[in-house]
Amino acid sequence: MTAIEKKNSKPGKPAARGIRQTMSDLHIWAGLLVGWILYAMFLTGTVSYFKEEISQWMRPELAHQAVVPDPAEVVPRIAQEMQQVAPGSNQWSLGMPDARNNVVSAFWRIAKPEKGERGFGSAVFDPQTGQKVASRETVGGEFFYRFHFQFHYMPVLWARWLASFCAMFMLVAIVSGVITHKKIFVDFFTFRGGKGQRSWLDAHNALSVFGLPFHAMITYTGLVTLMTMTMPWASTAAFKTQAERQAMQSEISAFIPAGKPSGEAAPLAPLGDMVRQAQQRWGEDRIGRVTVNNAGDTSARVIVTYGDFERVSISPKYMLFEGSTGKLLEVKDQVGAAAETRGVLYALHLGRFGDTTVRWLYFLTSLAGTAMVGTGLVMWTVKRRTKLPNPDKPYFGFWLVERLNIAAIAGLSIAMAAMLWANRLLPLEMEKRSDWEIHWFFILWGASLVWAMLRPAKRAWVELLWAGCAALALLPVVNVLTTDRPLWRSLIEGDWVFSGLELSLLALAALHAWLAVRTWRHKPKPKPQRQVAPRPAPARAADVGAVVPSAVANSAVIATDLQEARP
Amino acid sequence: MTSSAVSGALRAALAKACQVGPLLSRIVAAIGGGYVLGAVASVAVLALPMDKPQAVLAGTMASFLVYTGAVIWVFAVRSATRAWVGLLLAALPLVLAAWPVWNGVNPA
Repeated sequence: MTAIEKKNSKPGKPAARGIRQTMSDLHIWAGLLVGWILYAMFLTGTVSYFKEEISQWMRPELAHQAVVPDPAEVVPRIAQEMQQVAPGSNQWSLGMPDARNNVVSAFWRIAKPEKGERGFGSAVFDPQTGQKVASRETVGGEFFYRFHFQFHYMPVLWARWLASFCAMFMLVAIVSGVITHKKIFVDFFTFRGGKGQRSWLDAHNALSVFGLPFHAMITYTGLVTLMTMTMPWASTAAFKTQAERQAMQSEISAFIPAGKPSGEAAPLAPLGDMVRQAQQRWGEDRIGRVTVNNAGDTSARVIVTYGDFERVSISPKYMLFEGSTGKLLEVKDQVGAAAETRGVLYALHLGRFGDTTVRWLYFLTSLAGTAMVGTGLVMWTVKRRTKLPNPDKPYFGFWLVERLNIAAIAGLSIAMAAMLWANRLLPLEMEKRSDWEIHWFFILWGASLVWAMLRPAKRAWVELLWAGCAALALLPVVNVLTTDRPLWRSLIEGDWVFSGLELSLLALAALHAWLAVRTWRHKPKPKPQRQVAPRPAPARAADVGAVVPSAVANSAVIATDLQEARP
Repeated sequence: MTSSAVSGALRAALAKACQVGPLLSRIVAAIGGGYVLGAVASVAVLALPMDKPQAVLAGTMASFLVYTGAVIWVFAVRSATRAWVGLLLAALPLVLAAWPVWNGVNPA
């Protein structure tokens, strides 16, 4: 960008650089500055599409759930338990099990939090017994999901601001990338393998274009999920009273705050009946969540919420009952147009509506997005390496970017695998066990960074990629040794949660092995002399290499393309 | 230090500032100016004859697109000055629309 400024600030110079070059600079810098965080957000977000499966794998003591239990039977069971677990709480809420999730996730407001204690409690329950799950203590796949937009070890609000800031950079990078990219269609079919920087550029283009609508959607909808925090201005300008704010809130959330308790005790009417009423209206398997406000008081309210896995919107859809009598008070089943739009955008981001096929598509496209960020980061160094006066002693900025790339990309795989290792290996009765699973994630990530800084760059890449490969490939083995659910048994029993996850780990290990081999074999090409007079276009098209026939036919197009690809 | 050395150093610093200044100016225009433009746009939507909560949500969702457009604009134009002028020109009608909302006049 300094180059632009230099050119622009001096009058009398030739016309300013074209928009495509300006946008290319913007693309490179917007991408690089937050690229490492974006890579982590992309990868942890990608695996979050299977967070329920990861959670099940991390609770191996819970049997494979063959039949989804009926919420009308589950709710009363857990409600009884909630009296013991959260006595005096004015609000508790139960997330129902479904085809992909075998536990009830409950959270509740703590009646009288101790000083410094968080105001909320949470736990997972076994839907069959109604007891807290008899399993190792773990946050499960929830960690990757949370990390994806609020990181860890830092205040949640700051973290979400940081995530939004990075997403904004991503959106700018996407738009500027598209403007930079003149021949999007031809380039999509162009791959020139084994040609160093050009191959990286082609790979980056193909990965980006392949998922372009998805990447743009996921980035924009990501901003929308946090928008009431980052862009509160319209809301604060429009609404002056609490009632107005509440009216708007009810357009975007099924959350109903607990009113003031009357103080008169009154037992809850049978919760199963209320759930049945909702099932009659929506269908057997459409119950997402049951929330109870002021349980045991005459002011009690029960909110049965529609599951977000059954429709492409998360806008509020619920039935509100009077707790003490079970009388239906309100049915909310639609919101305004803008609120519905928001609900759809949010749901598109989460992808919870999808069946297994859609989830796999989400996963693969999102993985391509991760690779898009990764190849973009690597390209920055590949492009500059050839220009270094002495590649063995690069300047500090180059050295830093290269090491951060290694730790952010190869190191993250190791860190994520490490968490799963910790899940299997940490002593079951350990204090704060689930916290330590997370600590091990960061310990291994930090160790990767140290390793990347101490070793020569290429060796660090190869070694860490192999380490990631081993960490992933051995997880099914660790599972055999530490549980009674080996891969072959899961396969025979048709437990697709366990077997699917472990087969995916093996596939990802293979991907790491392939990358390690490619990196090891890679020999940086000496930079072609820039002074050489440009050869005629046809000759240049000839050395393009692996280009699909349709693109070869148009050699002139490719020739101009190549000129642009050259630094 | 002699006075000529001082003035030489000053001139060098000034030259450096002239080089870096416009870039910094653009970065501020993009990150800060773009955000403000997005925020003003989100409020301006309230001037439309719409249900208030819907207008708030529509404006807030649109603000990120305005923000993105602003950043692209800031780096696409020929100089930092043009970037700022463009942002201000875009902000002008939006501020006019948003003004009554901020001052508590209920448009709906």
